[in-house]
Amino acid sequence: MRALTRVGWFFAILFGLSAPFWLSGYRLYQFSQVLIYAIALLGLNLLTGFNGQISLGHGAFFAIGGYGAAILIVKLGLPYWVAIPAASVVCFIAGFLFGFPALRLGGLYLALATFALAVATPQLLAYKGFDALTGGSQGLQVLKPTAPFGWPLNVDQWTFLICLASTGTLFVLARNLLNGRVGRALIAIRDHPIAAEAMGIDAALYKTICFGISAFYAGVAGGLDAVAVGFVAPESFGLPLSLAFLVGIVVGGLASIGGALFGALFIEFVPNYADQLTVFLGENAKALPGAIYGVLMIVMMAIAPTGVAGLVRSMVRMMRSSGRT
Amino acid sequence: MLELQHQLASGLALGGVYAITALALVMIFQATQLLNFAQGEMAMFSTYLAWTFINNGWNYWSAFAATLALSFVGGVLIQRFIVRPFAHAPVLASVIIFIGLSFIFNALAGFLFGYSVQSFDSPFDGPPWFGNKFMSASESGSVLVSLAVLVLVFAFFRYTPLGLAMRAAAQNPTSARLVGVRVGSMLALGWGLAAAIGAVAGMMAAPIVYLDPNMMGGILLYAFAGAVLGGIDNPWGAVLGGFLVGVAENLLGAYVVGEEVKLSVALVVIIAVLVAKPSGLFGRRIVARV
Repeated sequence: MRALTRVGWFFAILFGLSAPFWLSGYRLYQFSQVLIYAIALLGLNLLTGFNGQISLGHGAFFAIGGYGAAILIVKLGLPYWVAIPAASVVCFIAGFLFGFPALRLGGLYLALATFALAVATPQLLAYKGFDALTGGSQGLQVLKPTAPFGWPLNVDQWTFLICLASTGTLFVLARNLLNGRVGRALIAIRDHPIAAEAMGIDAALYKTICFGISAFYAGVAGGLDAVAVGFVAPESFGLPLSLAFLVGIVVGGLASIGGALFGALFIEFVPNYADQLTVFLGENAKALPGAIYGVLMIVMMAIAPTGVAGLVRSMVRMMRSSGRT
Repeated sequence: MLELQHQLASGLALGGVYAITALALVMIFQATQLLNFAQGEMAMFSTYLAWTFINNGWNYWSAFAATLALSFVGGVLIQRFIVRPFAHAPVLASVIIFIGLSFIFNALAGFLFGYSVQSFDSPFDGPPWFGNKFMSASESGSVLVSLAVLVLVFAFFRYTPLGLAMRAAAQNPTSARLVGVRVGSMLALGWGLAAAIGAVAGMMAAPIVYLDPNMMGGILLYAFAGAVLGGIDNPWGAVLGGFLVGVAENLLGAYVVGEEVKLSVALVVIIAVLVAKPSGLFGRRIVARV
């Protein structure tokens, strides 16, 4: 099992490192998006899958990261490698602060509050009072990053490599965090908060910090998204984005690290391929991603609550046990 | 001053829509402790059904009745086939199921009826009623229908044996089952009623916000705000909350925060109430035994 997981990761990394040299520009852009979504999904999974705090509003933190980075780059002239981390730290603080009311809400009410946050986000981003900073409903144009030191890489290749490096780093960090004391504490709080507190876990502290870290991940993803797309606008950060994240972690697998990659592939390519079916289905193709999302969410909950990652895991287990007999 | 009264009037008209949507939410919450995130999309779909009937030459009120009946059946079926299998699933699973349901209804509406915005006539037109200068006929009618729904629902729960059985099933399922109430059927019935009430909300909302697959997004949020404000386990509170939110939204939108950020009024109400007084204005405080 361990070995197979390793082989899987090996091929994923091999694919990632070689992709810039054999994938075309647009494909590469799509895979950059996959990596970006993977970071956001991992962040959401930290919070919802591992810690049991339901967020239907992670698009808002994604938006803070994206807008934060865009504003720092466009208005202050900072380079992207300063702007994105800085915006992500802002996101951490925002998430940490949101974590305090979240402590009081819990469960369903937290889902409701974050749902409200997701719905209200585009309006807040387009608010006239911040026009000078955010560009209002027009949004902001961001210069795409170019490779340093005269390396012979075009914009798409370089963007992809930045995303790959960020995703790799953040996945390793998340793995280390979750496989240790902190991870066990987060899971204990999810499964039995009272028992966890009795074991001496400071649930309030862990939950707020978890919210902060989760928002940090969403912020990194948002910042990368801003430079990868080269544009931020209010309408792209609404409820559909937040719900797509939820779909991603459900499909990929709740409380699974590798699942974030499956989920990201899913939410990037399903709408994309559905769009291509417009030729056959006409306008009706627009309904396709929603239909697939909805049906799959319910089916997943019924037959595979652990998502694709869980299915892979149990398949490996089945293969091993049948091999042994 | 005239302007203010107009704002108040249209606030009340929208508030009525929020109030009945909130009532539908509360009905499901009382019985199952679940928030139906799909309520908005269900109502939207019902409204499309009504629109289809009307386009086929039915008169408004027969379309209205047929839509209520179909929505009721739809609600019962949803409870039986989708909600009940997950009755004992964790909260997260229920949220995911409802979000999935809302995706499905949204896609289905887009697929069957298209994504372009349709107009949906109000059954109440002509000159304003009672020489009322501030409210159009459709606004008065919408408020009136909201109130009628409230009275009917109240009478049903208060004065009929079936209503009593449903209240018993919601309040204490075990004891209710012991005295012979079929709790499962009562829950299905509750879902059917909630779907039908939501359908009324959709049909009252459509003349105001126009009909398209995403028409209920904002309305659902305001309804949640209303339900939370009034107390999510108290139907009266939720209804009052819905009206309050409708008026507050309109007044604040017109005079304080501006039309463009009106939705954040709902966000602020939801978070403020949940943090400061989670039971809302009239809800029962929940005491959990650990």
